[in-house]
Amino acid sequence: MSAAGAGAPRVVLVDDHGLFRSGVRSELGRQVEVVGEADDVAPAIELIGRELPDVVLLDVHLPGGGGHAVITEVKKDHPEVKFLALSASDAPEDVIAVIRAGARGYVTKTISTTDLADAIRRVADGDAVFSHRLAGFVLDAFATAPAAADVRPSFDPELDQLTSREREVLRLIAQGYTYKEVARELFISVKTVESHVSSVLRKLQLSSRHQLTRWAAERRLT
Amino acid sequence: MQQEPSEPPWPPFRFQDREGRRRHPRRHGHPWQDQRGWQDQPEGDAARPHGPARFLRRGHGDGNPLRRDPEDRIGGGLAAGVGIWRGFSPTTVRIAFVVAALVTQGWGIPIYFVGWLVIPARGSSTSIGAKARHDSQGVALAIALASLLAVFLLLAGVLNDGSIEVYCWPQVVSVACLTLIWRNAPDDEKAGMRRLVEPLESLGGQNRVRRGTKLRFVVSAVLLISGIGVIVSIHGGLQLLRPLGGFVLVAAAIVVLLGPWWLRIARDLLFERQARARAEERADMAARVHDSVLQTLALIQRSADDPQTVVQLARAQERELRSWLFEGRAPGDTEVASFAAGIKEIQRDVEARHGVPVEVVTVGDCPLDEHLSALLAAAREATVNAAKWSGASVISVFAEVEPDKVAVTVRDRGAGFDVDSVPADRKGVAESIRGRMLRHGGEAVVQSTVGEGTKVTLTMARGFASAGQAPADGRQR
Repeated sequence: MSAAGAGAPRVVLVDDHGLFRSGVRSELGRQVEVVGEADDVAPAIELIGRELPDVVLLDVHLPGGGGHAVITEVKKDHPEVKFLALSASDAPEDVIAVIRAGARGYVTKTISTTDLADAIRRVADGDAVFSHRLAGFVLDAFATAPAAADVRPSFDPELDQLTSREREVLRLIAQGYTYKEVARELFISVKTVESHVSSVLRKLQLSSRHQLTRWAAERRLT
Repeated sequence: MQQEPSEPPWPPFRFQDREGRRRHPRRHGHPWQDQRGWQDQPEGDAARPHGPARFLRRGHGDGNPLRRDPEDRIGGGLAAGVGIWRGFSPTTVRIAFVVAALVTQGWGIPIYFVGWLVIPARGSSTSIGAKARHDSQGVALAIALASLLAVFLLLAGVLNDGSIEVYCWPQVVSVACLTLIWRNAPDDEKAGMRRLVEPLESLGGQNRVRRGTKLRFVVSAVLLISGIGVIVSIHGGLQLLRPLGGFVLVAAAIVVLLGPWWLRIARDLLFERQARARAEERADMAARVHDSVLQTLALIQRSADDPQTVVQLARAQERELRSWLFEGRAPGDTEVASFAAGIKEIQRDVEARHGVPVEVVTVGDCPLDEHLSALLAAAREATVNAAKWSGASVISVFAEVEPDKVAVTVRDRGAGFDVDSVPADRKGVAESIRGRMLRHGGEAVVQSTVGEGTKVTLTMARGFASAGQAPADGRQR
């Protein structure tokens, strides 16, 4: 792809490290259109509301309240804006918080530029992007079979459980498989992999499962 | 981050002596004393009696004229001055003053104030009284206030049978003296007085009277009045307990009135302690960051032309920092207590020894037992193999602890090999991985395709009970 063309997604960068922003901007500049940068929660909300980008590249850790604060605020007025979370040091509960707030995916800052551009395009197209680390977190969060006393009546019990297929997909992603490799390994199409991942994301965001909260609380304690 | 690497950006926290807390010069061989010299006492402090005796026994007076000592004062420094003059401890003199004030039915207090007025402070030649003589306005005010109190006391005497006025009459003089002192004292003495009356001042502040203050004022007034009432009615009462009750009420009034102020002082102390704790924490953090991160950054700069070393250093540092920040493990702490921690240790060692990044994802965790240690040993072997032979740029290790089993997958996208062509006696895969897993009731599956990479899947059931059927090699590496 040459200079950011008409089809390139419009991206806003939100990260408190100026060095990182300029690095991403210079490396991604050819593949996406970076329309703005912000370094904290309040300016980010204002900027996103003004620019209405396709994708917001959002740091999990921001000085003024964390990435999830931005998502929660922006989603109120502009539910169509999509978020891709990224972080350097990921405490699982923070990452899960951002995803539950509505981010469409999570990648680590060690990701290569090509992969990052790819992830942005995918999020812009409405897909979910799971890094191996996020897949691990999600498996962890849904892992332990809830004890009988622990199951809370939920509107949709299906939300509280991953299917075995979804589990398989997540396991492979956690092992570093790409979507394409997952598809080949499981003899399914890439589209099916994507739909599995999206469904996991939906469950993660919508599940009222008591355990997700408890899991996060426990993680923080240990 | 733009910090000077050489030193932390925040200065180490230091205690500073609070103003006005200077030591008593007497114990420090003040030059002013040295003029006379201590011929018979080589070191001023050494020969002085210690313990309780110190307060009672008389030392050497300094022979200089009586001067107030503003350095060591509670009120005007009169007691300290007398102490130095006659060679007693100031505390002894103070106690004597209080006793005298009680015995003389309150006359000791105005005498003290008169002394404050007429005795000059050390280092100055004129007394406050000398200055006050020229302060006609102050004299007028003093007379006015004193006569006001006198009138008030007369009225009280008419209404009451006058048992406590005995103590109050001398205070007519005190009020006059205090007024003059207040108007004419040098600034540093005024500051000291202000500190003493600060709480009362805050009560009188016009624009700062809040509801709590008003309430306190009312409550303490009620307590005070009833307390005085009880004390005054001693004459009527016969029991011994009633005066006691009166004192309790008066004390309660004082606590209610001044309690918040004392509380504030206590709170300030607490804040100070907290601030110190925070500062120490920061200093500790700065030291940690300096020891690890900054050193590594320096190393990275030095080996900038060797990408592999740079990556290795950065990864090692990242891991160390992560385990410190999120797992609370000190760098260098290598004790492995759980399965997930064991996997992370494999990651750390392989990256350090072979310089290949290992990406680890763990799901769940459980305590280690003999079998899981064997599983860890097998996983380590598989990871080391991948690092040594595959040529892959990154190795993925995925470990999942499920209720009924534990699984580890070690995967690379490297050269791969033909599984069937490996001689059966080659120890690496055959013994270290497969044999070990089998002995502990587990299973090892090796899949590899030339040119695509290798995947080793290790699974072991949890709670496998039949231990010891084979020589346990769980702990070996």
